[in-house]
Amino acid sequence: MKIMVGLGSCGVAAGGNKILSVIKEELKNREAEVKVESTGCIGLCYLEPLVNVVEGDKIYIYGKVTPEMVSEIIDKHVIGKTPVEEYVVSSSDHPASVLQKQVRIALRNCGIINPENIDDYIGRGGYEGIKKAVTSMSQKEVIEEIKASGLRGRGGAGFPTWFKWNATREAPGSPKYVVCNADEGDPGAFMDRSILEGDPHSLLEGMMIAGYAIGAQEGIIYVRAEYPLAIKRLEIAIEQAEARGLLGENLFGSDFNFTIRIKQGAGAFVCGEETALIASLEGERGMPRLKPPFPAQSGYWGKPTNINNVETYANVPWILQHGGAAFARYGTEKSKGTKVFALAGKIKHGGLVEVPMGLSLREVIFDIGGGIKGDREIKAVQMGGPSGGCIPAHLLDTPVDYESITKTGAIMGSGGMIVMDDSTCMVDMARFFLDFTQKESCGKCTYCRLGTKRMLEILNRITEGKGKEEDLEILESLALRVKEGSLCGLGQTAPNPVLTTLRYFRGEYEAHIREKRCPSKHCKALITYVINKEKCRSCGLCAKKCPVSVIEGSKKEPYHIRQDGCMKCGNCKEVCPFGAVEIN
Amino acid sequence: MGCTNRCEEKLEKKFPKADEAVDLSLLEPVLEKYAQSPGSLITILQKAQDIYNYLPVEVLKFIAARTGVKPATVYGVATFYTQFRLTPVGKHVILLCQGTACHVNGSENIMTALCDELKIKEGETTPDGMFTLQNVACLGCCSLAPVMMIDGETYGELTPDKARQIIRGISKQEQGA
Repeated sequence: MKIMVGLGSCGVAAGGNKILSVIKEELKNREAEVKVESTGCIGLCYLEPLVNVVEGDKIYIYGKVTPEMVSEIIDKHVIGKTPVEEYVVSSSDHPASVLQKQVRIALRNCGIINPENIDDYIGRGGYEGIKKAVTSMSQKEVIEEIKASGLRGRGGAGFPTWFKWNATREAPGSPKYVVCNADEGDPGAFMDRSILEGDPHSLLEGMMIAGYAIGAQEGIIYVRAEYPLAIKRLEIAIEQAEARGLLGENLFGSDFNFTIRIKQGAGAFVCGEETALIASLEGERGMPRLKPPFPAQSGYWGKPTNINNVETYANVPWILQHGGAAFARYGTEKSKGTKVFALAGKIKHGGLVEVPMGLSLREVIFDIGGGIKGDREIKAVQMGGPSGGCIPAHLLDTPVDYESITKTGAIMGSGGMIVMDDSTCMVDMARFFLDFTQKESCGKCTYCRLGTKRMLEILNRITEGKGKEEDLEILESLALRVKEGSLCGLGQTAPNPVLTTLRYFRGEYEAHIREKRCPSKHCKALITYVINKEKCRSCGLCAKKCPVSVIEGSKKEPYHIRQDGCMKCGNCKEVCPFGAVEIN
Repeated sequence: MGCTNRCEEKLEKKFPKADEAVDLSLLEPVLEKYAQSPGSLITILQKAQDIYNYLPVEVLKFIAARTGVKPATVYGVATFYTQFRLTPVGKHVILLCQGTACHVNGSENIMTALCDELKIKEGETTPDGMFTLQNVACLGCCSLAPVMMIDGETYGELTPDKARQIIRGISKQEQGA
């Protein structure tokens, strides 16, 4: 038996380290000799901190664990051998509903193995894929296997992986490089981080297989500096693989040599764009350049370079081990396999899920994600981050595959799925994303640099209640021009949130402009907080919590808010136990 | 023509007056290791920031001189990436997440509360040098939104009130120390 504590960034944030030390303390007090280890995120982020009790091949997962619960779990389960049923959120016999519809390939080891122990990875078939490739397959056969799997780039564009590999293999020039794009910058997407933190060896193995297939000897992982835990675990993984002779020279008794090193990014969203990433690797400002030549022909230091993201590489060892056909059994005709999504926003079960392509958005959000927080009405789901768009509720039966999502005006992107309910203002969402892309534009193209800025100004104006009738037309034409006039994916996709919200939620824009009203009651300039006299019980809590002291009243009298000084922070609404504070 | 005096002046304005001389010798081991390998400018800047907590202008000039990279390029790279700071930060850096999930769940109100509590704006440092308030694009803890990180510790499921209490707690600890 052993105990594993979920210590992905989300687990740590929810207090996992404290739980770990309490467990160690309690075990010491009872002089119980039980192994305690850490594991990555299994995806049940909404139930963090998680504690797994592992008995042989059985796993019991305890959720929302508090220090008080720890002693009970240890006494009853670890020592008494009977699981504490009421705290178990999922077990290998009765998996949580969230886990049931999932098929885990990229996330196959996340939350199960100790990412800092290479034996855990090897114990689950790790490094078998590269061994098979090196000892029994030619470069071409490896690429054929990837082609048979139908794997497409999971970073967002969905480009066939085998094609990139083949192009790099055939390109003249040496040395060749394998680069991993671990610069996950989409706000709301964290699958790459989870893989890096929970199963770093699968990335290393995926890169090695790519290296073998294209004829490269060096791999570079470009990882965000904002992911310190991921960097630490990658360093450990590389060290362990080298010590075992799994990285280095003459691997598996062949003449294949491969090394991997880490390069830290320095915070620039545009570096997710492959040509910008290469510039950054070379120590320059991360500005994209015109393609072609593609990195496959001329990449890092002008040499043939294959770039894929973390999730793409993480699928590769599984494909080599089980065969391309096994992977292609999942998914749709053009979108094979599974995809990892980060569910967040107004959703009950926020976290990471991996599902076969082709499931509908409704199934993902309701059957797996548990539906909307507070059982409110779903309004839209935002996919693809700042480059994506908002899919309205009436299109929830859209299957999740590259082509169908693109048809709605959104994109698959790296797989962020932000769910929005009726309290989310769509104009504000468009403004929010534009604000992001405008700040992150590298400035090379005028359309991207200035076009996004002008668009943001218009959106700011509309949310402040100063919108003009002609704004929508200007916004739309600017959006289309920025799309056309930009060099790289950032500028080409930056207008998507605006275009999709204009398409599906035009009424909300019009209400802001014509009626100076925010239908979702979100935009501060267009709302007022008032106290419903009928509901107010004069408890005075709101007045106590008001940071600017504009709420007045006395015992037995309903309270009221002086509008002139109100900063609309919403504290009063939040603390009122009777729901008496309303938004007009 | 190179950098004119006026341009130099402008550059100096962007940097605060250094209170104390910067000890450039601390940078020697880093330069020894990386100065000659091409493409290492970002790594050198990262290590330099680890040493000095920010990138003083003397350090940028020194790096340029030792690597042979033009000073304008060094400055260009240092200002391009959000990780690099040209001014010192306070003792506690508050990173308020502005990711989509946090935004949808009300991070704006948290920002209002923090600004009000600390009496500073986004990006500024309190006059006593205790707190710096910064926005970050996404901390990746979306299920705990809204979230902020202070000194590497993450605080989730924030309300404006909770955020204020956390700041007050740290201030109190500082006063006691």
